[in-house]
Amino acid sequence: MSTTTTTPAPPGAPAAEEKSGRSRFNMNTALVEGRALIALIIIIAIFAILSDNYLTAGNLTTITKQVAFNAIVALGMLLVILNGGIDLSVGSIVGFTAAVAGNLFRGVHVPGTDVTMFPSLWVIIVLSLAVGMLVGWINGLLIARLNLAPFIVTLGMLYVARGLTEVLLNGQNITNELFGQPGLNNTGFFTIFASKPLGLPLAAWVMIILAIIFSIVLNRTPFGRWLYATGSNERAAQLSGVPVTSVKTWIYVLSGLCAAIVGILQMANISSATADLGTFYELNAIAAVVIGGAALSGGRGTVRGTIIGAFVIGFLANGLVIVGVSPFWQKVITGAVIILAVAVDQIQQIAQRRRSAARAVAAAKAAASRREMAGSRS
Amino acid sequence: MTEHVALLDEHDVAPHDGAVVLQAVDIAKTYGVTRALKGVNFEVRRGKVTVLFGENGAGKSTLMKILSGVEKPTAGQLILDGEPITLESTNDAVARGISIIHQELNLASNLSVRDNIFIGREIRGRTGAIDYGREREITQQLMERLEEDIDPNTLVQDLRVGQQQVVEIARALAADARILIMDEPTSALSATEVEVLFKVIHELTSHGVAIVYISHHLEEALEIADYAVVFRDGELVATEEAANVDLSWVVRQMVGREADYDFRDEPRDFGDVALSIQGVTVAEPDTGRVVVNNVSLDVRQGEIVCLYGLMGAGRTELMEALAGRDPISGGRVLLGDQDIADMDIQERIANGMGLVPEDRQRDGLVQMMSVGKNMSLPSLLSTVKNLFIARKTERENVDRQISDVRVKTAGQDALITSLSGGNQQKVVIGKILLTEPKVMLLDEPTRGIDVGAKGEIFALLFREAKKGLAVLYVTSEVGEAITASHRLIVMSKGRLIREFDPRTASRDEIMAASGEHDTHYDEEGPVQEGPVQEGPVQEGPVQEGAAQGAADQEVAQEAAEGASQ
Repeated sequence: MSTTTTTPAPPGAPAAEEKSGRSRFNMNTALVEGRALIALIIIIAIFAILSDNYLTAGNLTTITKQVAFNAIVALGMLLVILNGGIDLSVGSIVGFTAAVAGNLFRGVHVPGTDVTMFPSLWVIIVLSLAVGMLVGWINGLLIARLNLAPFIVTLGMLYVARGLTEVLLNGQNITNELFGQPGLNNTGFFTIFASKPLGLPLAAWVMIILAIIFSIVLNRTPFGRWLYATGSNERAAQLSGVPVTSVKTWIYVLSGLCAAIVGILQMANISSATADLGTFYELNAIAAVVIGGAALSGGRGTVRGTIIGAFVIGFLANGLVIVGVSPFWQKVITGAVIILAVAVDQIQQIAQRRRSAARAVAAAKAAASRREMAGSRS
Repeated sequence: MTEHVALLDEHDVAPHDGAVVLQAVDIAKTYGVTRALKGVNFEVRRGKVTVLFGENGAGKSTLMKILSGVEKPTAGQLILDGEPITLESTNDAVARGISIIHQELNLASNLSVRDNIFIGREIRGRTGAIDYGREREITQQLMERLEEDIDPNTLVQDLRVGQQQVVEIARALAADARILIMDEPTSALSATEVEVLFKVIHELTSHGVAIVYISHHLEEALEIADYAVVFRDGELVATEEAANVDLSWVVRQMVGREADYDFRDEPRDFGDVALSIQGVTVAEPDTGRVVVNNVSLDVRQGEIVCLYGLMGAGRTELMEALAGRDPISGGRVLLGDQDIADMDIQERIANGMGLVPEDRQRDGLVQMMSVGKNMSLPSLLSTVKNLFIARKTERENVDRQISDVRVKTAGQDALITSLSGGNQQKVVIGKILLTEPKVMLLDEPTRGIDVGAKGEIFALLFREAKKGLAVLYVTSEVGEAITASHRLIVMSKGRLIREFDPRTASRDEIMAASGEHDTHYDEEGPVQEGPVQEGPVQEGPVQEGAAQGAADQEVAQEAAEGASQ
């Protein structure tokens, strides 16, 4: 062989390797998110064929509202899951916030006096949201400062907040008081929170605004970067000066806030504060985040994916109802879809690892043969 | 039990013949772009102790992983009793009579000695239930053989480390181990326990068991060796009968020529004290054990100080306490003229001191992030404008740093995991440099990195030092300590033992000070051979020139690639 044609350049091999690795990486991200989108399109197509009532404006509005409730909770859950945590208490925070708000409408009796205070509408809203954040803050403190397992802490909080909801409501739903009294400056709750600006339910608008804000926070602020970093490798993030404890605390506060927002919106939606409001919301939210391509171990997940995940669940649940599948089977199918989503995700990752391992071996062999050639020449 | 005894008796027939039982032929192992083993030929002999010597990263552990079925070789063949074999798993290796005892013991501490010995290979009675009686009986016999008075029902957590090691050996014996690999078995043992271990080893070899032994304590290992094998940079460089070798031979073979880099003649004009460690003591948070004991040390601007010591000398603990991960329990540390006691990690970085940690994967990198995002993580706040990360500034900073520390990457958006170890380490160093530090701490900065990248990393550190950076780094490689530092301090058992000028220090002195071998041996043994040892040092400049040429060539090559891309 001619010596002039072969100029072995071993350092070039890894560089080329990394270059192709990059494009593959982007394609893979697209695949993970695209998968949820494809699932969504398939679901819509199937039900649109099966029922004429599926793609009507009225039904779409209903779906969107349901999706929005789940999606808002799921956005908070996304932050927690990005960190590698879990927040099981959000459903109970939804119910608790509504119960607190309802009680504030009813008036707060000042102990030891005959005085009953009636906060104005916006004070009620702000106080209720603050309560949701407070519950989240307690979660965060226990998890970040005392290093307790998120699963346990929020499981406990699930019971505590639900129990407090029942204590506050004392067996009675709060309904009529929500309309307020003109003299007390607390009217207008339904006109605002059950409104439909530009034909879209308020909840949907809140979802859109929150999604934009969260997306910006995750992608453009240090907090977002820190969150991804702690979720992927907390020790390394810590040594890089990331304030891991406060990041960890804040995500639970924000998760509590998201749940509280849904508590208010949902109370307006069903015109009542009830003891079982928000039950199982935590599970739907986790499902949305996971279907959206997030890793439960942390570090991977996007706002876009989570919103799509919430739509998958919403469209599926609604479609099953419209087509007339029995409620029992609805649960089976929903559960199967969730498992399928995660399984596909896992299979993709295994395949990716195999591919990169194969690439590494091939590169090593190529390098070895190049060296041999170089060796035999000299 | 009969089967176990029978097998041991079988070996007794010709226990000392030293026949080759296991052979590794042209074994090579490649991780990504790193070549950990470059075609090694290695033999294990029946009834003999083969000791492997070599510095960290020389390839010893990789070979042991291959021999024990943990990893598969990229190329080459294992031959057991004359027949080619492929080890599919550790279980496969154990079934063929090859057992390994790792440095970190692999026992379930909440179970009894008996349960640990038979874990995964429980003896079943007729009903399928575990035959605890027989297991107990065999355990007792094993303990008698090993002369260790341990009740089979004792929980492993109640045993001393030395006894736990005996349990590991018993487990290997119960599995009919004919080849026993011991990785740093004495690192956690007291002197008397080492004696007991050596007695056990002699007992095993007299029964025909082949021992492969790895240790950093050279003298101790020579004492037990029948054959000495030395590894360097992924190659087996020497095999010799132990009777024919002494300590200085081992050291010479281990280190070989000087490293490809040598910064001993760097100009040294240092500035003010940048980091002042004053009587610092660190206790382990869990146990309260003192791991760093009253350490005092100043590092000046522009100075590179190397802390040399073995694993467990307290080096990592000192570094992590300085960086702010663990609390300092006594003394104080001044960064410039500021006391760092009340600063958290973030504030210490902001005030100009950052750590490049020992375990790159665990503490250095965020694996799911790109090269660029890893690089900018510690200095992120400096690029924030109106609450948001100024992405253009961030990208420019990262690009500048990538070319500055010469990371070989397709660009800052490449995944960090796609880089080789050396380039990953450059990213970790680069991210600290981006915070514009005054003091840089590095814990084993060249661990798991090939020789070329080592030189580049030190060149980088010396370049930054010239600009005024104070560097304090930790290493367990003598060659590195001598050729890449302005000042060299030996640390052992939590204390600073002795300070050397690397221009005049000898390897033996340094190793002796670290407790790697005893001083008395030093005085008797290799002193006469002094001139031989000095040899490589004298040749230094010549090799340096050659290495420089090679490095230049590589740089030119890189530049050419860069242009072509």
